[in-house]
Amino acid sequence: MCPKAKLLVLIVALLVVALLAGCPKPAEQVDEGAGQIHPEGPQLEPTGDPIKIGAIFSVTGPSAPLGEPEKLTAEMLAEQINSAGGVLGRPVEVIVKDDKSEPTEAALAAKDLINTEKVVAIIGPSTTPTTMAIVDICEQANIPLISCAAGAPITNPVKKWVFAVPQTDIIAVAKIIDYLKAKKITKVASIYVSNGYGESGQKQIEEQLPAAGIELVTSESFGGEDTDMTAQVTRIKGKNPEAVICWGTNPGPATVARNMQTLGLDVPLLQSHGVANAKFIELAGDAANGVMLPAGRLIVESEIAADDKQKEVLSRYATDYTAKSGKPVDTFGGHAFDAFHILCDAIAAAGNTEAAAVRDAIEATKEFVGTAGIFTYTPEDHNGLTKDAFVWVKIVDGKWKLAEDEINS
Amino acid sequence: MPLQEQIAQFLATGVTEGCVYALVALGFTIIFNSTGIVNFAQGEFVMVGAMLGVTFSGLGLPLPLVVLLSTLGAALVAVGLERLAIRPLRDAPILILIFVTIAASLAFGGSAKLIWGPNAIPMEPFSGGTPIRVAGAAIRPQDLWIVGMSIVAVTLLQLFFKHTLTGRAMRAAASNRIAARLVGINTSTMAMIGFALSGAISGLAGVVFAPNKFASYSMGTPLAVKGFCGAILGGLGNGIGAVVGGIVLGVLENLAAGLVSSNYKDAITLVVMLLVLFVRPTGLLGKKDTGRGL
Repeated sequence: MCPKAKLLVLIVALLVVALLAGCPKPAEQVDEGAGQIHPEGPQLEPTGDPIKIGAIFSVTGPSAPLGEPEKLTAEMLAEQINSAGGVLGRPVEVIVKDDKSEPTEAALAAKDLINTEKVVAIIGPSTTPTTMAIVDICEQANIPLISCAAGAPITNPVKKWVFAVPQTDIIAVAKIIDYLKAKKITKVASIYVSNGYGESGQKQIEEQLPAAGIELVTSESFGGEDTDMTAQVTRIKGKNPEAVICWGTNPGPATVARNMQTLGLDVPLLQSHGVANAKFIELAGDAANGVMLPAGRLIVESEIAADDKQKEVLSRYATDYTAKSGKPVDTFGGHAFDAFHILCDAIAAAGNTEAAAVRDAIEATKEFVGTAGIFTYTPEDHNGLTKDAFVWVKIVDGKWKLAEDEINS
Repeated sequence: MPLQEQIAQFLATGVTEGCVYALVALGFTIIFNSTGIVNFAQGEFVMVGAMLGVTFSGLGLPLPLVVLLSTLGAALVAVGLERLAIRPLRDAPILILIFVTIAASLAFGGSAKLIWGPNAIPMEPFSGGTPIRVAGAAIRPQDLWIVGMSIVAVTLLQLFFKHTLTGRAMRAAASNRIAARLVGINTSTMAMIGFALSGAISGLAGVVFAPNKFASYSMGTPLAVKGFCGAILGGLGNGIGAVVGGIVLGVLENLAAGLVSSNYKDAITLVVMLLVLFVRPTGLLGKKDTGRGL
């Protein structure tokens, strides 16, 4: 081979390697929908065209700890529902797209799902920035969206076609204020990630804290890719707050916990429900102990009282999920659970797969018992949850513990 | 916490982060001097070092071995890049070679994602996590490791370039490749040694830094950007300049985040860097003719 040809081959080979490495495994992109999975129970075989449900999750990238359990849950539920006869007697096919934690990828995925796959509705995306990127797309295409992200801007102001299942930061901050008042804490510092999720939480903190008579002594931010917040935590320490509120999703908040421990800033660290998964404890290590946050009941499922209205759903999902994945149950997977069931119930209630009818049926959801709480959507409220959807949890010896009593002690 | 203690803290953190930027900047410089290429895959060597560090320490290997193997591993990856991608293209224009390093950077990042998964991975500190207090600043034992290892690495490199035949041959090749060839220096071998050293120093940065940060497949690119800024700040091609530039960048970043606002952390750093370049286009320590070499 002459040197030039060799050179060409090499460049091509390199490009191919780069492309291969840059792209997700095909298995993550194409549908792994349950339409192909044969239901085990022979009694109620769903027939006819599958009902296509789109799902966009951050299966890879920084938000992968959120997207992975969500994808797994959606696939598991499709399997379950099909073996129980499907919806409207038709099988359900979930088409999962990976947005790689990127808003632009989420937008592309949404367009693809709507225009090419012709889905009935979309569940996900996993995070506030990726959700905000597709809100307008769904609004314009008149496709119902049930988001798995918690940022307030998703459902506030209300958008006709957009719903959300996680507890929003509006009620999370309200729950935190309960704690601060109970502990008679009046000086608080906040630190947040500079993206849609963090800024939305920060906005709630800025609005709700002063109204409750609590002084916000300083607010710091950090970038999603930042790996050291010593400078910010030092500034916070200089203002002598009595508690620190951190608003972000991993890994940033774990670094904040570690930096606070290093700098000896020994005040309560209140995190948002954005870190309510095992990854936070793994990353923060020893520094995770003592961290408190308002979270859904799912991560402390085993400690929830038997007479709690959500107990049955929580246990069922926890058992199924662990059996399927071999991993402990996860808040974010729970969001996919809620979104999937609300949507399937709505399709069943609507009696057809017309987008407008499904949307109306979602909005009419009443007292749906999910993993995050008990949902009642109204035309004015597309989140459907109240403060009661939260319980206080605390990390003790590297484990989540129910800490509702702490607030009263 | 009084202001002077806060400033002490910003300086301490800044110097620690700066050391890592400095090692990456030095890695850029060595490759730039031995081949004329700006290697955009430089940050990936740091990532490889960190990932190997996490893996080896997870296997329970003793610490010196973990550091050694991770450093060697990154050096090997760098040599592999040189042998398989840069050397076959040695007659191609520099611009093509720079593109190749960008492709390599994507390939390394993507492969790491397949091997180690998409999540950040924590690593145990080398000698505990109890911080030491100096002038009110909390310094982690790991910070001392980072600074210490950086000093050792830079000193060893300095000795190598000044006092060994190979080192001097590398400087000669950097200063004038054709003349070096005329006196019998194998410039192609020098380029390979350059990649090896550059990979090793970045890999070392990765493994000592991993316990402070988390190791993740995507950590390379931001570090490459910071390291490149450091190298430019000090004067591209000047080894000492790269070290100074990296540390100045780290300190500047932390002072900006701490004293001005964390919202503008990156912006302030870049603005200062631009200003330096407007006033002194050759960088802080750059002369018209940098003389190359360390």
